Amino acid sequence: MKHIISVAVENKFGVLARVSGLFSARGFNIDSLAVGETEDPTISCMTIVVKGDDKILEQVKKQLNKLIDVISVKDFVNKEHIDRELLVFKIGVDKKTKPKALRTLKRFGANAIKASADTVMVEAVGDPSHILKMLEALKGFKVKEMVRTGRIAMAL
Amino acid sequence: MKLSGAKIVIESLIKEGVDIIFGYPGGTVLPIFDVLYDSPIKFILPRHEQGAVHAADGYARATGKVGVCIATSGPGATNLVTGIATAYMDSIPMVAITGQVSRSLIGNDAFQEADVTGITRPISKHNYLVKEVDELAGTIKDAFHIARTGRPGPVVIDIPKDVTVLEADYEYPKEANIRSYNPTYISHPGQIKKAAKAIKESKRPVIYAGGGVIISNASDELTEFAEKTNIPVTTTLLGLGAFPETHHLSLMMLGMHGTAYANHAIMESDLIIAVGSRFDDRVTGKLDEFAPHAKIIHIDIDPSSVSKNVHVDIPIVGDAKHALRSLNNIVKAPDTKEWLEQIAKWKKNSPLRYNRDTDSIKPQYVVEQIYEATKGNAIIVTEVGQNQMWAAQFYKYTKPRTFLSSGGLGTMGYGFPSAIGAQLGLPDKVVFDIAGDGSIQMNIQELATAVVNKLPVNIAILNNGYLGMVRQWQELFYEKRYSHTCLKGGCPDFVKLAEAYGAVGIRVDKKEDVRAAIDKAIATDNVVVLDFVVDEEENVFPMVPAGKAINKMIDGMA
Repeated sequence: MKHIISVAVENKFGVLARVSGLFSARGFNIDSLAVGETEDPTISCMTIVVKGDDKILEQVKKQLNKLIDVISVKDFVNKEHIDRELLVFKIGVDKKTKPKALRTLKRFGANAIKASADTVMVEAVGDPSHILKMLEALKGFKVKEMVRTGRIAMAL
Repeated sequence: MKLSGAKIVIESLIKEGVDIIFGYPGGTVLPIFDVLYDSPIKFILPRHEQGAVHAADGYARATGKVGVCIATSGPGATNLVTGIATAYMDSIPMVAITGQVSRSLIGNDAFQEADVTGITRPISKHNYLVKEVDELAGTIKDAFHIARTGRPGPVVIDIPKDVTVLEADYEYPKEANIRSYNPTYISHPGQIKKAAKAIKESKRPVIYAGGGVIISNASDELTEFAEKTNIPVTTTLLGLGAFPETHHLSLMMLGMHGTAYANHAIMESDLIIAVGSRFDDRVTGKLDEFAPHAKIIHIDIDPSSVSKNVHVDIPIVGDAKHALRSLNNIVKAPDTKEWLEQIAKWKKNSPLRYNRDTDSIKPQYVVEQIYEATKGNAIIVTEVGQNQMWAAQFYKYTKPRTFLSSGGLGTMGYGFPSAIGAQLGLPDKVVFDIAGDGSIQMNIQELATAVVNKLPVNIAILNNGYLGMVRQWQELFYEKRYSHTCLKGGCPDFVKLAEAYGAVGIRVDKKEDVRAAIDKAIATDNVVVLDFVVDEEENVFPMVPAGKAINKMIDGMA
């Protein structure tokens, strides 16, 4: 099952290695990882998306909690939450296809940040299903390059 | 007051009550060693860094204090790694200080540089790279706090050389300040009540006690609990000494080489009360078949140990001493009369045994004789393998901190340096390292350390010319194909070797000489190496084959 685990940690060097080490030592591939400061600059939040056996992940969460620099661990699986990811990507266009591309992007609330004659650079934000639908809709275009931030999540 | 980093290190150690350091000098720790030169702290120089770290470990296990070791950067630090991992697996409080190359050189493949915090990250409770001299004192304070509280463990402090030379204002913090580290000591009263109810309702309960009981100094509370409830007690390897093995409720050790009656009791029980133990695979055997009828109460200070391997019905997170005290206040004894009768039958039918009727020296006989000669009052340290299991089976442990052994990691070469550390911590105690001819050669160089420090450590080598435990597995499971387990070619003359170091060496090849040699060793005020030439094909039984349920034992006598 896919889990979104949010880990509040001390904002110090070495902490990321400790956290990621618990996953890599078990041979778990992290689907995505987003790290950034929180409202308190001494605390960072790591949002980890990972697939794995529920029982093993339960153990990983306990061991995350055991790390000295970890302040708290939340798992959003089975919990109401929002999650978002930012994508920046470039698609290939020409004079004829460009208007269609821009219309499609608009429909998904994505912004064309920069454009040249044959390329549009786009920023898009959304939850996984929104992003998936947008990428489906853009299937007719060649995606030249794409970077993703990984998901971040929050519950009310 | 401004002090150099090196002075801050030593001043801070003194503030932590450190009275002994085990260590080895080198380039990056020169400034620290310069301060050590006229410091009041006793310093022990081993002949290999691995000797330092295991000695610090043995000192910690024997005394309950934090063991401290120090080594230089690169190879000095990597030589500590096995000992740090050993301490981590067995939850031993330790602070390991390593020198690091100067900050400007870190990451440059400098001479004797190794990424020590990277290497020790998964094998230490925590580690630090100290990047500013004004963070040194606070780091040391936090390190000791982390090492000795909660589930204890080793903490590594990696200090670049230039940080030890720079100066900073020194004031030692009164308290550690770690907001994200708050181990749970006080167990939940609701859980204690639930446990007491389950205990009262049980018919076939067993207490399964581990090293956590010894770490939290809860042996008296455990004994009170067992006596109050009339529940039999089995211990893990690291739990030996947590409950007197001479007690009528003792089932001795359980697991792969545990007693048949302990394993039967666990398998037939309807309630297991686990205290400071972690359901290690050497204890549970095949997990799916482990204790099929039992409800499980698990008392442990480490939440990540609970429900890790087996499902726990009543988890109690907290300090063993506190939890047992709370239980003792409210628990009512179940009726265990029938159960104890059943156990008495198992005890009678399948005691620990070996063939006593031989002319050759049986290793078990040697261990028994050490028990008799020391009246059970010695500190027994072991290496790893058959020697370790016979030491566990045939010596009766009655007090905590009297059996020191590398349980989790199973580190050959642990015993002798650990015995040195234990002897330094408890100078008045008789200390025996029960060793094999394989293990003892892994840190034999520490004979120099023991001799030079006038430590009357006794080494009892159960010399069978083999890496005995591996040979046993090869005999039983690999058609006697003894692949690279014979040590007979090239085995040193241990008597001459002892003498070369200035120790006393005694070879014993006749059964009737065993006891006299042990008595002589105890009476000798020097290191004594006893080379017992034992039956080379003797095996450790009972034995649960790997991956089998723990009541499916091979018993060599059957």
